[in-house]
Amino acid sequence: MKFSLSWLKDHLDTNADAAAVADKLTSIGLEVESVEDAGARLKDFVVAHVVSAEKHPNADKLKLCMVDAGTGAPIQVVCGAPNAHTGMKAVFARPGVVIPVSGEALKVGTIRGLESRGMLCSSRELLLGDDHTGIIELGADAVVGTPAAKALGLNDPVIDVAITPNRGDATSVYGIARDLAAAGLGTLKTPKVEAVAGKYASPIRVALNAGDACPIFAGRLVRGVKNGPSPRWVQDRLKAIGLRPISALVDVTNLMSHDRGRPLHVFDADKLKGDIQARFARDGEQLLALDGKTYTLDSSMTVIADDGAARGIAGVMGGEDSGCSDATVNVFIESAWFDPVRTAQTGRKLAILSDARYRFERGVDPEFVVSGIELATKWILEWCGGEPSEVVVAGAPPAWRREIAFDISRVRSLGGIEVGKDEIVRILTKLGFAVADGATLAVSPPSWRLDIEGNADLVEEVVRIHGLDKVPSLPLARDEAVAKPTLTSAQRRTRLARRTLAARGFNETINLTFIPRAHAKLFGGGDDARQLENPIAADLDAMRPNVLPSLLAAASRNQARGFGELMLFEIGAQFESGMPEAQTNVAAGLRIGSGARAWSKSTHPADAYDVKADMLAVLESAMGAAMTAPIKAGAAPWYHPGRSGTLALGPKVLGYFGELHPAIAAAFDIKGPAAAFEVFLDAIPEPKTKGKARSAYQPSPYPAVERDFAFVVDAKVTADDVLKAARNVDRQLIEQVSLFDVYQGAGVTEGKKSLAIAVRLQPKDKTLTDAEIEAVAAKIVAAVTKATGASLRS
Amino acid sequence: MSPEERKANGPLFNTLRDRVTEAIAARKTELQTEALNARLASERIDVTLPVRPEPQGTIHPVSQVLDEVTAIFADLGFAVAEGPDIEFDDYNFTKLNIPPDHPARQMHDTFYVAKQGDGSRHVLRTHTSPVQVRTMLKQKPPIRIISPGRAYRVDSDATHSPMFHQYEGLVIDESASLANLKWVLEEFYKAFFEVAQVELRARPSYFPFTEPSVEWDLRCDRSVPGRIVFGQGNDWLELAGSGMVHPRVLEMCGIDSGRYQGFAFGGGLDRLAMLKYGIPDIRPFFESDLRWLRHFGFAALDVPTLDGGLSR
Repeated sequence: MKFSLSWLKDHLDTNADAAAVADKLTSIGLEVESVEDAGARLKDFVVAHVVSAEKHPNADKLKLCMVDAGTGAPIQVVCGAPNAHTGMKAVFARPGVVIPVSGEALKVGTIRGLESRGMLCSSRELLLGDDHTGIIELGADAVVGTPAAKALGLNDPVIDVAITPNRGDATSVYGIARDLAAAGLGTLKTPKVEAVAGKYASPIRVALNAGDACPIFAGRLVRGVKNGPSPRWVQDRLKAIGLRPISALVDVTNLMSHDRGRPLHVFDADKLKGDIQARFARDGEQLLALDGKTYTLDSSMTVIADDGAARGIAGVMGGEDSGCSDATVNVFIESAWFDPVRTAQTGRKLAILSDARYRFERGVDPEFVVSGIELATKWILEWCGGEPSEVVVAGAPPAWRREIAFDISRVRSLGGIEVGKDEIVRILTKLGFAVADGATLAVSPPSWRLDIEGNADLVEEVVRIHGLDKVPSLPLARDEAVAKPTLTSAQRRTRLARRTLAARGFNETINLTFIPRAHAKLFGGGDDARQLENPIAADLDAMRPNVLPSLLAAASRNQARGFGELMLFEIGAQFESGMPEAQTNVAAGLRIGSGARAWSKSTHPADAYDVKADMLAVLESAMGAAMTAPIKAGAAPWYHPGRSGTLALGPKVLGYFGELHPAIAAAFDIKGPAAAFEVFLDAIPEPKTKGKARSAYQPSPYPAVERDFAFVVDAKVTADDVLKAARNVDRQLIEQVSLFDVYQGAGVTEGKKSLAIAVRLQPKDKTLTDAEIEAVAAKIVAAVTKATGASLRS
Repeated sequence: MSPEERKANGPLFNTLRDRVTEAIAARKTELQTEALNARLASERIDVTLPVRPEPQGTIHPVSQVLDEVTAIFADLGFAVAEGPDIEFDDYNFTKLNIPPDHPARQMHDTFYVAKQGDGSRHVLRTHTSPVQVRTMLKQKPPIRIISPGRAYRVDSDATHSPMFHQYEGLVIDESASLANLKWVLEEFYKAFFEVAQVELRARPSYFPFTEPSVEWDLRCDRSVPGRIVFGQGNDWLELAGSGMVHPRVLEMCGIDSGRYQGFAFGGGLDRLAMLKYGIPDIRPFFESDLRWLRHFGFAALDVPTLDGGLSR
């Protein structure tokens, strides 16, 4: 919603300048998007007379001008514009003036050997347009030495306000003036709209056939008009806000829309057939609209129609065929009230953004339907002459009168500010509310405030006009002297997992949760139920079934940029279906490459054991305890089947790890070794609360003994089998069993492998004798042999 | 040797023996020292060789800022509430007093997930406000929560990403007012931007779920291009939308609006990160470019705390 300061002052008696108006608008909830004050912006540019413009002696395309800028002696300026000529009035910038297009101050220059002490400006240099083919030529009446902005007609600041969807009343200059007057910025001075007496009964009648979509419809014929340009002041108003003046009869509607927020339509009555009605469109009905496009309508839309066809899309746009032209002699002015919701829906369906829609969808004043016709008649008679009929009206304004019992203590309790009753009454009255005093205030909103429903709305009105900046700052009561922790255990786990992985060298990423469907399919997703109906891009259409494809795509992009070694992770949602709550929180990570190349040769290709450690680190940090659940071979299908594992508690999978399946790596164009893990954070059991105290500290005073064993087993026997068998021999005495060597090759039979373990014995009550040690060792050998078919390596 | 001779010469011999022993020992030490010195002289490493490479992990700025925001609000007694990214239309819109025909529900604003087997059709939440709805539905007042998380809108340019992060706050009790809201935001921004003072400017606004609705600008200094200093200067930066929770929202969430009232506020987490840490563009947040992650990421051990400071 744009308007110029002088336009505002047609309605508001105020001395405020553009900045003061803008500040007040923002403070009362009419947010100023911009103030374009070309006068202030161009204050250093003046009108100059080009006393002479001769060819530059040293250049064919340059001119040497002598310029009178009202400062005394003519100034020498070298100018490249082809249209520079003797006698013209131009816009002059002296040295030191900042040129808008470059943002740089003009310097005295020497061009082809001749000094230039200023510049004659083009539209583009002043950021007034794109024209750079020549300099601006001002009218001959422009006064030398005066501000160029005035000569350019740019001395009226233009303010652009963003109107929220609830403020239909502020979609006009008059409405904005009314709000500003209530806020104390001036006095509303708009004269009351006077009825224009009709000279005869309208031969065109109006009828309603659209139910609630159009409860009132009014019209009037004006005969014998002469169309032509509208008055200069009207054209200036419209141009100032970026509208193109067209003709008096068209400009009437644009001026009415912006000045009073009352969209109406002026038909060329001779192009209408019979009477006019508001009715629902027929499915498939077509209309050529004023924007030159043909729209196909449906029965949810309302149209204005004559006896032949639809002539306008109600509340949105008029029809081209019944519009006014220079030849128009008789006009029919139409004004109606259209349902905001339906108007918005129609506008959206047809993708039409119009000044009419902008107002109707926010709700126009239902009591201004006929007034709008009267004012339009007045303007038409003034600008175009003619003879008006009586106004014909069908229906009545939609019910808008209501009374709200306003408990004024709500101003303090909700708004947090004390405002006296007198001030409350004054504000509401100024805004047009009827206020009757009693036990509570009985408040009736005016016809133009369809958005006011209850006490909270009235509090807002009072507070915004009284001044939101006056609301004090009041501490919220502190429930606990020392703040209590607030994170849930799931949130703590997420945070621990994140910091653990970063500490292990992973870079945290956050990726879009929608991915290409083809990627989703590789990870068990890509089904219809997880597709987006309206993706932002064709290849961001599937809700990810897994976090890994996001990481793989990211890794692939990074590899393309020359980063071969990657450790990436993300903690985020993956989606089991398209239903709410069917998502799980996953910490997933990816290791790619062989580690940074180094002189120390201490690196190795990313493998399953790296990511197994990552997975265990996440689980253990999240749980705050060692993870003892068994690992089973094999994982989800996106892992290498023989080089991956699963950690589960019963049926609950806590994590997967392993080398990436080569087909998956290829699908993402991943180069080099790649291994991944996933931890399902939601599946981690809640820690058992055992109090804060640690278990008793009971170090043994007796020496521990360590014995090594090397077993030869079948290649398919797992390390876990051997370790478990050894551990179970004597859980009291055996403190730890660790595996320190795995060997296959010379000295070990084909199909077998050697596993070397160290067993640490820790007696609690005495020092072990050699015999006792030998006895335990023998039991260990026997147990491992029995469990795995191992033999002691000789 | 006679006993006398022995007696006379014994000490001499002893002395001689001791001296020889000492001399041998001394020589031995000398030789050892020489050998050690010779060995040490030959044992030279190039101490300028780089250390064995250790990968340097990083925390994403959004996660870091989330921890900062959480720490501040925890001190003010706000718990952290979470909810799903795919959300019921009812929770994302209807219970927030956003009518069925509201423009925000249109496909050019809101992502819709395909129709499900049971005929239902859900949205990617357009804000984290549905988490407030969920909280109000299951928790009796008093309520103090923040709800951070991913949100989605059909929008993509330098300042908009189709996925972004929001944090929202909700306070419901018997007396929470706009004045309390102002205090909470002041304290929050002061703590978050780690400045001695902030100045907030309130502007009336409109949101369907709050009445009155207020937008907040923070005084700042943007006179040096690419740099923002809060708490001083002549510029204003819009940072939060807020308001008193609409009575209809309270009622739809099962809270007696005659007894309880409260406020809600919200802003962008990514935006907070951009403003505090000078990150110019939102889109790279989600592009996982290793160079960006390293440049803007945080060390694992830089855990924001109120006692140690939110940032270095």
